Amino acid sequence: MTAAAERVRPRPASAPATGSRRRPAARLVRILRTHAGRLTLAVAAGVAAELATLALMATAAWLIARAAQQPPLAALSLAIVGVRAFATSRGAFRYAERLAGHDAALRALATLRGQLYDALVPLAPSGLPAYRGADLLSRMVSDVEAVQDLVVRVLVPVGTALAVAAVAVGFSTVLLPSAGAVLAAGLVLAALVVPLVTLAAARRNARLLAPARAELSARNVDLLEGSADLAVLGGTADALSAADAAARRLARVERRAALSSAAGTATAMLVQGATTVLVTVVAMGAAADGTLEPVLVPVVALTALISFEPMMPMVGAVHRLLESRAALGRILAVLDTPAPVGEPVSPRPAPGRDVTVELDALHVRYPDAPSDAVDGVDLRLGPGTRVAMVGVSGSGKSTLLAAMMRFIEPSAGQIRLNGHDVREFAGDDVRAAISGVTQDAHLFHTTIRENLLLAAPEAGDEQVRAALATARLLDWVDSLPSGLDTVVGASGAQVSGGQRQRLALARALLGDPPVVLLDEPTEGLDPDTADELVADLLASTRGRSAVLVTHRLDGLDGVDEIVVLDAGRVVQRGTHRDLVARPGPYQDLWWSAHPGDE
Amino acid sequence: MAAAGAALILVQADLLAGALADAVVDSPSPGELRPVLTALALVLAGRAGLAWCQQVASQRAAAAVKASLRRRVLHRTQELGPQWLSGQHTGRLATTLGRGMDALDPYFTGYFPQLFVAAVVPVAIIVQIAVADLASAVIICVTLPLIPVFGVLVGLQTKRSTRRQWSALERLGGQFLDLVAGLPTLRAFGRAQAQAAAVRRAADEHRSATMSTLRVAFLSALVLELVATLSVALVAVPVGLRLLDGELDLHTALLVLLLAPEAYLPWRALGSQFHASTEGLEVAERAFAVLDSPVVRPDDSSLRRLSPSVAEKHATDGSLTPASRPDARPDGSSSPAGDGVSVVRFEGVSVSYPGRNVPALDAVSFTIGAGEHVALVGPSGAGKTTVLSVLLGLVPPGAGRVLVTGADGAVDLAAAPPEAAVRGWRDGLAWVPQRPHLFADSVAANIRLGYPGATDEQVCHAARLAHADEFVTALPHGYDTVLGERGAGLSAGQRQRVALARAFLRDAPLLILDEPTAGLDATSEAKVVEATARLMAGRTVVVVAHRPAMVADADRVIRLEHGRVAADSAGGARTAVVAT
Repeated sequence: MTAAAERVRPRPASAPATGSRRRPAARLVRILRTHAGRLTLAVAAGVAAELATLALMATAAWLIARAAQQPPLAALSLAIVGVRAFATSRGAFRYAERLAGHDAALRALATLRGQLYDALVPLAPSGLPAYRGADLLSRMVSDVEAVQDLVVRVLVPVGTALAVAAVAVGFSTVLLPSAGAVLAAGLVLAALVVPLVTLAAARRNARLLAPARAELSARNVDLLEGSADLAVLGGTADALSAADAAARRLARVERRAALSSAAGTATAMLVQGATTVLVTVVAMGAAADGTLEPVLVPVVALTALISFEPMMPMVGAVHRLLESRAALGRILAVLDTPAPVGEPVSPRPAPGRDVTVELDALHVRYPDAPSDAVDGVDLRLGPGTRVAMVGVSGSGKSTLLAAMMRFIEPSAGQIRLNGHDVREFAGDDVRAAISGVTQDAHLFHTTIRENLLLAAPEAGDEQVRAALATARLLDWVDSLPSGLDTVVGASGAQVSGGQRQRLALARALLGDPPVVLLDEPTEGLDPDTADELVADLLASTRGRSAVLVTHRLDGLDGVDEIVVLDAGRVVQRGTHRDLVARPGPYQDLWWSAHPGDE
Repeated sequence: MAAAGAALILVQADLLAGALADAVVDSPSPGELRPVLTALALVLAGRAGLAWCQQVASQRAAAAVKASLRRRVLHRTQELGPQWLSGQHTGRLATTLGRGMDALDPYFTGYFPQLFVAAVVPVAIIVQIAVADLASAVIICVTLPLIPVFGVLVGLQTKRSTRRQWSALERLGGQFLDLVAGLPTLRAFGRAQAQAAAVRRAADEHRSATMSTLRVAFLSALVLELVATLSVALVAVPVGLRLLDGELDLHTALLVLLLAPEAYLPWRALGSQFHASTEGLEVAERAFAVLDSPVVRPDDSSLRRLSPSVAEKHATDGSLTPASRPDARPDGSSSPAGDGVSVVRFEGVSVSYPGRNVPALDAVSFTIGAGEHVALVGPSGAGKTTVLSVLLGLVPPGAGRVLVTGADGAVDLAAAPPEAAVRGWRDGLAWVPQRPHLFADSVAANIRLGYPGATDEQVCHAARLAHADEFVTALPHGYDTVLGERGAGLSAGQRQRVALARAFLRDAPLLILDEPTAGLDATSEAKVVEATARLMAGRTVVVVAHRPAMVADADRVIRLEHGRVAADSAGGARTAVVAT
């Protein structure tokens, strides 16, 4: 075994994920374990609040029943104090329960966010499909918030309901064991049957609704995205009536589903009613044969009636559980996703300023893809040389850069850094040497200065301003009221597409890596802006090692080599002067952009 | 139903109070109370049944409302047209129309019925208690209004205090998404590990900021609960004391005790139901925004059709070459367009899109005679696609005249022509857009859109001419293979060839193409180019072209720049135009 091979760990992509088949509930319990104390507190406060209600009604019932026997007032004074105390404490306990429950939920959320971030670090951007669409990414983030729901609306209410049931059964048993037994039977029935009925209905209805929903969605998309095609072909009316029919079909299924989905609450109420009547019968029987004081009959009966109240939210809890379990499953799947790129056990020292990059028959294939995204590319990039990669979108340019930055593992071939396999270096060391403007360069929601300092945390304002000047942004930044302290990003100041890309360029220039990668930032820019930007990119990289990915060809006469990619393969390479003179894809691209120069 | 519910609550309380009062006073055996207990059991079952009916009814109402809202919004989007839709986030709109509408359920099944319950039940209970014991009814009457009053007061106070913290909360909540979305960038600069601590810090700050908001927000619930429970205590203790004095009988006292909490429950529930339905109201707002969007069209008073003489004049403008029919229909019927001639005349046509200061087209004039092959060239943003949109009747120009002559005579597309006239014009043209939309239906149905009456034979023939047959027959169910949303399952080149098959089947005298080879790989492109050339033969063609091959096939080139005709090779040397 060569020294090089020893440094490289086996490819983790093929390594089995440990614990991925574990049940989501068990995984969640492990995450929540650190917050068990606060959760117990929340449940305890919830139980106290419910018991206060129970005690309020039971005491009041006893007070009234006892008063009817016209005892001296002193016999009632304790009960009167009790009624007032329970009435006041109930609200306080409920308040405490809500606060403790939300606190525990938010702490669990913080824990899970931290874990998710740690898991995402080695996955971004190639190891996760979510990084191919902003919608998926925000869904993943809101999935984490499902945990909050799970704690506040499922764990705490269910825990409370069960604890209250236990206390009510215990209390009734002390007064009258047979009543306790009946109540226990009723509560167990409710705790088992209600969720089961709800669950069965939800499952059945989901099965019925899913195809109707899918059809409606397909019809809607056809009309919303194909409206021009339909209008011109005269198919709008037909498509509209098909969509109407789909909406009606869904409504029909929904109406049918309503019959069973309403069953949960009704079942709970039936069990509650039957139990209360039975407990009353048992208590009356006991009072008649003298085993129970008649005054306690209303107490036992009302205890039964009220101990069911916390069971009622179980129906909603089951629905929440079903929803958040799916979300939790998606999050756990992310946590279990293996890193697409392995790190060496004992990395080689970082390469210096002079870096030579060589790609040797490089192949990259995404998992589950039918063909290679990069299909046998050779390239040599010595110090100070500039290479441009040209090709239509999807031709493999960005994947090639991702492989050079160690975001994705080659499936065959090799990338060498100063003659050594790139896998022998630590990933961060490789990216310190080869970096720049990635395809999805992100502008963080913070100040312009902070956004730039990301690339060079120690840089001073002078260096920041110099980088902005090279990216031709300094005048704009100086014109802003807050200058470098202007907050940009998601909900920050309005930044045009061109300015956004120039900020990313300035950041890359400030970072000053030995090899600058510039993935074409012209998507969504108007042609004039894009032309200016590409010209500035080329100007700013003069004299540096750089790889430029573009599909605009103006100004490429200055680079040392142009590589034309198609479907992951190099179909042409040479200088602009060579390529534009030869019939082939480059010439076609050139002509299609300059039809007037024929 | 709310009234029936109220009645059952009253009867239940009365029966239970009666049974319990008897039990305390006389200690009868359960047998003696059987009728009362049976009635009680029936009432309890009745309440459960009523709750079920009420939920079923409200869910059915919700389903009906959602279906009608979906229908109205969808119809409205089509009235607003492709031009309006192109400015919308159609994916989000589709979600709103699909799962988004389900957020309306809590409103219809929770808040809406609760409104009636809140209106009926407390009143019924107070009346019943007043009949039984006026003093208790007065206590409830005095304390009950405290619930809405405190609810509103505390609600307003919390709104003020939370609004101040809201932006901070939003920022902290959004920070995680920001960092996750920016992870590739953080990794590119080796800063990903350093930010892990920031993620935890932000989550913790988010927690403490949220908690300080919640501490205030939950106060409103606390006040409402206190009002409700203290009121029960306020009722129970005097009732007990008056029992002691013999002023009240036990039955009445228990009845009051059982009914008092029920009086407060509906209004407290109303508050939480309202919060649960806010998301649904937002969805409804989005739907209403679509319904309220105005259709941008020129004034209807200018609606007119050209007189026949004008139409004839234009119809005879060019030399007419009837389109040849490579796949003439076997039944000998004419194509949907008939055997008319196609002439297009733009006169000073200007188009401005809302929100843009530069016009997309600025006084564009040209005439296209039947049989001509015209290529539109120019840099992107010059207005080429807008010319096509005007020609297709998708974008009404702000100024000028667009005289088009189809089988049904001449129409001015700029003068808000009647729907039937536009349809007649469109029936005589075939269109292959840059990115054709394929529908979630079978491949055959997608091709047949070009000519709904076509036989299977004709569909296959059109597919063969478009080089589509070769990959369609390789699909699992051939022409009956059902495609996914947006034609999922086919590559861009394959989708383009299905669109070409559509155009072959349509067999219209005028063909409009928008860069049919844009974004295709080399092999697909060659096939599309060849099929396109075959399709163009014998027809009038307007093609937006970038590829030199497409430009070379045209016998006339119109060059657009900044929304104006920069050059037109009509009657002159086309090389001069191309070189401009």
